[in-house]
Amino acid sequence: LSHPLHTQLSDRLHIKGGRIVNDDQSFYADVYLEDGLIKQIGENLIVPGGVKTIESHGRMVIPGGIDVNTYLQKPYHGTTTVDDFYQGTKAALAGGTTMIIDHVVPEPNQSLLTVFEKWHEAADNKSCCDYSLHVDITRWHEGVKEELEVLVQDKGINSFQVYMAYKDLYQMTDSQIYEAFTFLKGLGAVVQVHAENGDLIAQEQNKILSMGITGPEGHALSRPEELESEAVFRAITIANQVNCPVYISKVMSKSAADIIAQARKRGESVAFGEPITASLGTDGSHYWSKNWAKAAAFVTSPPLSPDPTTPDHLNALLACGDLQVTGSAHCAYSTAQKAIGKDNFTLIPEGTNGIEERMSIVWDKAVAVGKMDENQFVAVTSTNAAKIFNLYPRKGRIAVGSDADIVIWDPDKTNTISAKMQKSALEYNIFEGMECRGSPLIVISQGKIVSEDGNLHVHQGMGRFIPRKPFPEYVYQRIKTRNRVMALQGVSRGMYDGPVHEIPATPKYTTPAPSAKSSPAKNQPPPIRNLHQSNFSLSGAQIDDNIPRRSGHRIVAPPGGRSNITSLG
Amino acid sequence: MSYQGKKNIPRITSDRLVIKGGKIVNDDQSFYADIYVEDGIIKQIGENLIVPGGVKTINASSYMVIPGGIDVNTNLHMPYMGMTPADDFYNGTKAALAGGTTMIMDHVLPEPGSSLLAAYDQWRELADTKACCDYSLHLDITRWHESLREEIEALIKDKGVNSFLVFMAYKDKYQCTDSQVYEMFSIMRELGAIALVHAENGDIIEEEQKRLLEFGITGPEGHVLSRPEEVETEAVYRAITIAKQANCPIYITKVMSKDAADVIAQARRKGMVIYGEPIAASLGTDGSHYWSKNWAKAAAFVMSPPLSPDSSTPDYLNSLLSCGDLQVTGSAHCTFTTAQKAVGKDNFTLIPEGGNGVEERMSIIWDKSVATGKMDENEFVAVTSTNAAKIFNFYPRKGRVAVGCDADLVIWNPKGTKIISAKSHISVVEYNIFEGMECRGAPVVVISQGKIVLEEGNLHVTEGTGRFIPRKTFSDYVYKRIKARNWMAEVRGVPRGIYDGPVHDVTSTTKAVPSTPSSRGSVCPGKAQMVPVRNLHQSGFTLSGTQMDDHIPRRTAQRIMAPPGGRSNINSLS
Repeated sequence: LSHPLHTQLSDRLHIKGGRIVNDDQSFYADVYLEDGLIKQIGENLIVPGGVKTIESHGRMVIPGGIDVNTYLQKPYHGTTTVDDFYQGTKAALAGGTTMIIDHVVPEPNQSLLTVFEKWHEAADNKSCCDYSLHVDITRWHEGVKEELEVLVQDKGINSFQVYMAYKDLYQMTDSQIYEAFTFLKGLGAVVQVHAENGDLIAQEQNKILSMGITGPEGHALSRPEELESEAVFRAITIANQVNCPVYISKVMSKSAADIIAQARKRGESVAFGEPITASLGTDGSHYWSKNWAKAAAFVTSPPLSPDPTTPDHLNALLACGDLQVTGSAHCAYSTAQKAIGKDNFTLIPEGTNGIEERMSIVWDKAVAVGKMDENQFVAVTSTNAAKIFNLYPRKGRIAVGSDADIVIWDPDKTNTISAKMQKSALEYNIFEGMECRGSPLIVISQGKIVSEDGNLHVHQGMGRFIPRKPFPEYVYQRIKTRNRVMALQGVSRGMYDGPVHEIPATPKYTTPAPSAKSSPAKNQPPPIRNLHQSNFSLSGAQIDDNIPRRSGHRIVAPPGGRSNITSLG
Repeated sequence: MSYQGKKNIPRITSDRLVIKGGKIVNDDQSFYADIYVEDGIIKQIGENLIVPGGVKTINASSYMVIPGGIDVNTNLHMPYMGMTPADDFYNGTKAALAGGTTMIMDHVLPEPGSSLLAAYDQWRELADTKACCDYSLHLDITRWHESLREEIEALIKDKGVNSFLVFMAYKDKYQCTDSQVYEMFSIMRELGAIALVHAENGDIIEEEQKRLLEFGITGPEGHVLSRPEEVETEAVYRAITIAKQANCPIYITKVMSKDAADVIAQARRKGMVIYGEPIAASLGTDGSHYWSKNWAKAAAFVMSPPLSPDSSTPDYLNSLLSCGDLQVTGSAHCTFTTAQKAVGKDNFTLIPEGGNGVEERMSIIWDKSVATGKMDENEFVAVTSTNAAKIFNFYPRKGRVAVGCDADLVIWNPKGTKIISAKSHISVVEYNIFEGMECRGAPVVVISQGKIVLEEGNLHVTEGTGRFIPRKTFSDYVYKRIKARNWMAEVRGVPRGIYDGPVHDVTSTTKAVPSTPSSRGSVCPGKAQMVPVRNLHQSGFTLSGTQMDDHIPRRTAQRIMAPPGGRSNINSLS
């Protein structure tokens, strides 16, 4: 690498002798970058003189990683994460990730738009790599619809997260989720779900605290993996009713992943699952560590599964396509911040690191062991994310015209993860001591070298906001077709003109005011028994008995279930 | 059939009976023996019995003698908009006896908010005066609040009720939240009761109903369109998850779809204590009829969860019943006349729910399961009678042909065939959802409390002869395993030193409690986020690198303290 001046931010780059790896194929070719875009791909490229050249010596040239899940500004009790957009994106770039999608988390009473603008501003000022934003819907009400429309139509947001957990805080009822899914589908958005049963968590937390368990193991005990898989199952059920695509963020357990895989196999759902660095790289046994601070470092929700076979299983599902994308859910609170919950595990701020380690961990756990090939690696770390969130092919592919977000990847270089070496501002690392094969040699963001042999050349505010359009084809093509073919149809039949029982004018079962005390039983009106003497008979032959059961008429829905009528056009 | 002595008079009052030459079929074995019955109890079983002279003899050769059927699910007095089902305790139990069922378990459905005890008394009074066969009662909990606990305890201690139904459907009416379900399960477990669950996701159903009605679908097909089977499956899955957390046994009433049955089967494989009850309707027919052009016919099938439109459902459920994945069968008999159903002629959500089945249940299972070779005669006895008696804790008084048991017996003709028709059924409704079905297997003689109530096709029943059968809690069949798990599954914390590192000061600003909901997304001027306190990571306290417990390998043994069935509450059972 022939460059003395590391700070030089040349606009032109020539990558020679590399093997380009996309999600569909790998091939040897040179790449020429200019103005932040890929201008030429091929052999013996004609490039201007004096252009900086990178000799990649047959190493892999891959699309920069896209981390679909970060929390770089998440507030908690008046404090925020120690890795902000500057610190966090620096770590991202160091690990080979050139774009992040961060979650905007409004307080339940705040306006989504206001908080979105706040996030936008903070990221514009600080982010070192391109970014986009998900908006979390922390409270569902009528007024939120207008804001969602504005976000989708004017602000370049196409993904929103709803919560099935955090009772009395963010949690939505099933009816609200149904409404939210219906509405978001109409907007063409990607619906993300934090899937855990918040009602049961609240019960378990009370129970466990009352037993005197206050340490971080209580976090895992109060959130067993069944509560995650139950919620995933329910989210998919609701999504199927609405014919809405659904994206499960943070898949942490085997059973939750299996439910997503089953739903996809049945062909009823357009469902996506996102395991994170933590669930792919480590497990929940550390919650039982004698060292409080170490145990607390692993506190995240859904929690890491205590089952040590979980990472292998999730990597396997990622390799075979049952899970599609990877994030980090990077949300870094220092030990002192975590210690807010030192006497009560429910107060420990949630979140783990992983933004820097993600690419290497997936390589080490999936590719280096032979579960996954290099093309699928590119798919799950970058391309699929770009497709789902409608950034493709601008991001997620090495092709002429795409953004020059490129990583030169060395599959043989090994790295030992350690808090001492990391870019994150945290004093710990949940992957401490893990040796990973595969790491980035050179990272190029917007056509500029930003990381070279572990040295970063970045400055705050380099990152751009990448707006995203609704109705990503990768997600919505099938939804549109289903909408068309699954139109509802009633049965046209003559008017029923037989006798009708007269309902006495007793009140309908509207909910009476809950009387804490038992009220004396209202005497049931005596059953009216003479009705069955009606001469109207249904027994025996029916007029349609000659017609065999019409399986064609029975289900007006294809395998995928039934659809909403307000068509997507 | 031959008689010694007494002539056949409408109501045989003889207390003594000899059944000769039949094959006795219990759930564990079959054997040939004679039976002597006296005072409503089986007194002797064997060959060449010594019995008093002049006793009436029933010749059962070439027939089977089986324990009378137990129908675990009937609704003979379910109130709906001021109406009650056309088949009351008299007609309903008459139909039961005609089909070989000698005991029913009816659901008491109180008005939400009213007293459980008062509703129980009302049902008792009705049943005591009308029922023709022995009966017992489930209590449906239509609205949960803490103060119900007292009533539940009273019902258990003094009233002989040990099973309670929880609703996950019927939003704003009977439906419970997950938290409430958890609380109820915890109480049931503590008291040793059986938690029955009506499993459907009421939230989704309501949304779907609105959507369909808006779309202009008002006929009975809307009923099944608004309650697709995923909605049932989802609720079963959730009920199991909650039950596992509460370490409570559960019982899913009315298993109507393949997926729901599969979820139950899977949970059993994972070690859950869970039971599933398909009903006569789901075992005998399917939901294609909701699309019938004849409104009244379509409406006759309206029940919840609905029959699945998948025509392979009955076969599948019969298979799971045969292999033990499902354990008991009910009928959910709840009949409304066509005129009553027509209350919902312009709106499917108003159609009173329920179908027939109390009379047909035994024959349908024989025909669909035993006659087709899926199930043997012993398993038939298990799923129609014995398992129910075990689960609900009146075994071996009922559910077995043995000395000392109640003389509720059926002489069963496996070769008899019968065509089901509204013209010949006992029920007073004008339709039968199994109309025209030809069933192999039928009762020849039915004996209830030691008295012949059906022979040669003639019923000899009397209103009010049925007795209430009280049931005790902590049924062994259900609770033995739960007790063992409770003892094993204590969750323990980690003993560790007190954390004495730095603690971030929590500013007394907005705690993340739910703020008063402002109806609109009121734009509050974004409170300036606190500048992230960045110097914290300079704390000298370090966690990276080696840890003091690093030399200890991960202790799998300590990690999960729960047996296959899940973790349990600590307030142990004894």
